[in-house]
Amino acid sequence: MKELPAVDVAIIGAGWTGLTMAKELATRTGLKILVLERGGMRKTRDYLDNMDELDYAVRLRMMQPIRDETVTFRHTLRDRALPVRQYGSFLPGTGVGGSGEHWSGISYRYYPHDFRRLSHIVEKYGRDRLPADCMARDWPLTYDELEPYYERAERLMGISGKAGNLKGRRIDGGNVFEGPRQSEYPTPPMKMPHLAALFREAAHALGYHPFPLPAATTSVPYTNPDGVARAGCSFCGYCERFGCMVGAKAQPTNTLMPVLARRANFELRTGAWVRRIVSDGRQAKGVRYTGARGEEYLQPAGLVFLASWSLNNTRLLLLSRIGEPYDPETGRGTIGSNLTHQVSLPAATVFFDKPLNSFMGAGSAGIAIGDFDALDHSQLDFVTGGALYTVCYGTRPIANFGTLPPSVHGKNWGSAWKQAALHYYDRAGLIRFYGEHLAYRANCMDLDPVYKDRWGDPLLRLTLDWHDNERRLVDHITPRAAEIARAMGAGETAPFPGLKRYDATRYQGTHIQGGTIVGANENQSVVNRYLQHWRVANLFVLGASAFPQNPSGNPTLTAVALTYRTADAVVEKFLKHPDQLA
Amino acid sequence: MPRRSRRRFLTLSATTVGGLLVYTLDRKPLRVHAQKSQLKIPLRFFTEDEALAIAAAVARIFPSDESGPGANEAGVVIYIDRQLASAYGRDQYRYTQPPFEPGVPEQGWQGKETPREVYHAGLKILGRFHLLTATEQDARLTEIEHTPFFSLLRIHTIEGMFCDPMHGGNRDLIGWQLLGFPGPRMSYFDDVDQHYGSAFRPKPSSLTQILGHPVRPSEDAEP
Repeated sequence: MKELPAVDVAIIGAGWTGLTMAKELATRTGLKILVLERGGMRKTRDYLDNMDELDYAVRLRMMQPIRDETVTFRHTLRDRALPVRQYGSFLPGTGVGGSGEHWSGISYRYYPHDFRRLSHIVEKYGRDRLPADCMARDWPLTYDELEPYYERAERLMGISGKAGNLKGRRIDGGNVFEGPRQSEYPTPPMKMPHLAALFREAAHALGYHPFPLPAATTSVPYTNPDGVARAGCSFCGYCERFGCMVGAKAQPTNTLMPVLARRANFELRTGAWVRRIVSDGRQAKGVRYTGARGEEYLQPAGLVFLASWSLNNTRLLLLSRIGEPYDPETGRGTIGSNLTHQVSLPAATVFFDKPLNSFMGAGSAGIAIGDFDALDHSQLDFVTGGALYTVCYGTRPIANFGTLPPSVHGKNWGSAWKQAALHYYDRAGLIRFYGEHLAYRANCMDLDPVYKDRWGDPLLRLTLDWHDNERRLVDHITPRAAEIARAMGAGETAPFPGLKRYDATRYQGTHIQGGTIVGANENQSVVNRYLQHWRVANLFVLGASAFPQNPSGNPTLTAVALTYRTADAVVEKFLKHPDQLA
Repeated sequence: MPRRSRRRFLTLSATTVGGLLVYTLDRKPLRVHAQKSQLKIPLRFFTEDEALAIAAAVARIFPSDESGPGANEAGVVIYIDRQLASAYGRDQYRYTQPPFEPGVPEQGWQGKETPREVYHAGLKILGRFHLLTATEQDARLTEIEHTPFFSLLRIHTIEGMFCDPMHGGNRDLIGWQLLGFPGPRMSYFDDVDQHYGSAFRPKPSSLTQILGHPVRPSEDAEP
């Protein structure tokens, strides 16, 4: 193993959180900063060539090569875990920008109650309404503490949208259930494709409160506070699973890299697969990584940020033997607990008589309603919520050909099938749902005893299944989606059949979280309120692995806001007194 | 470029494919004119008999009929041939470390066979499929419609119908024309909130056509 010259700061992963931290430290300090990324380099101009559904959306060219590393999965602690051999329920990206390159860009702030999940349920409904084995937690920080950092994250990306609560003043047309914002969104709402316009009118007519999805695809040309200028969205329809060819979708490569590339104290090293954080149990000494040609390096560093996406964060702490692994039988230990995956599904597939021109769109051009995030659960048999929404990301033919209404029976091949599928091709749309996923005792992660990655290191093992609270939430929502579909003028509607077992083959989104959760004390969490490791003071763990449970909204904006907050604490406190911050 | 041990060709009657644009192995477009009676397409993976059997099978899955052209006209068999010859055919897009154990459906496909092996097993069942009548062909496909081979063949048929033509299928943008899908396009800014309730159908273009330069598809790059 070759030992390299020491750096002040090593950041593992060049995604949203890693490069946001790099930008803050590189511009506010003179520290020498090294970012290690196991994938390759990427630039906006590379993305012109990627408007190809087969290579990008089917063969998944932007994702971590699954032949090198995957996870194993089982439903319960008694089952045998098997490898997820092909991507299904989530799609982790690789390369500079990480999953922040191929994301859709839906950019929620979490609700104030999300940060007080346990107290909120207990205060409103009593402790006996908590589901069995539920590990709901309060965050050790509030929405109000995070609000200024949300604003910075929104300005970094130029989020488009409409405020529904400006300094406590309710504004119709925005999300009237959201927490108070100090400022309006940086850019106005996106244009609305036909399906979204139908959803908005129907939801409004039924008394709901529709609002435009907050979108990281800027609606107009935008220059952020760092002076980085980006074009407005052209609605080309190649967003999720693709990088943006015009740079309208905020990605680390088009927001953070332009600032970092000018800094002499910043280095980005690609093809560097970090396999261990080196530590003596009190202090991180650096990282050990394998280079693109299989050569091994020791990279000493004074300060280490682990920012490699939620599941990778958990696995790297387990492999590095930093902290105590979670044991679901005894409740002892913390690494790998609170595994959650946002409850995300097509609540209703809706068929229309007229065409939708659904090839036009963007990953976050759509309309949502927050009414089911603000339910009164007094008379309900579940305690969580979620949002119904429709997004017009731009449908493509390989993925969408063959979506047929319930009235069409028979074979899924041959002339009759072909004719029906051609007729309905541009006449089908989705009303989607994303909802909260609470943490439960047995939903957790550890190292798999059998299966290995390309280097021979154990894979991460997921134990994950749905519980009745989530199944009842979905059963409550699905009929509401069908009502909206009828109000949209649908000819036919195919409702979601209901949540049964967790299905690793059904795409839900890459919002699989937990494992290194944030908390108020060392016995129940891996990191403190500044995402600093409780034991190893010069190690910070960034990203959605810190989230104790899965709120209904998408996580990226919150992950970036928390990173800004950690950066402030590091620059203003830790660098002066390098010790525990909380 | 994948190596081939010997040159194989799929010979098709030009009347079945019409006057079409195909791509040769060195990725030069070749316009096939109707006056040519026979068309020889170089194969990368299949033998000619295998290609004829697969071409006949995908033509029953996505037939040419009164609703428009189908898998034969789109060159689906060429698409499949190139995919199987490539890293995809060798299963490089999957985690393939042993042990292979049966699981529950929610754990996903756990089979050991590569796409090439699935096809070779399927081809044994299909036999000289192209010599059967259409009724016999449908009966045989119905017998196997719940096998992994058939589900892969069906997925590949859809991919070959609607992929960008650089991958060998969707010849002359036939698939996209059937759907009214315009393919890649730089901007819909002026149209995205217009045309509500009526069909907006811009003329389809391939990625190479809109960029003005060729793009290298995955199957031509060996990882």
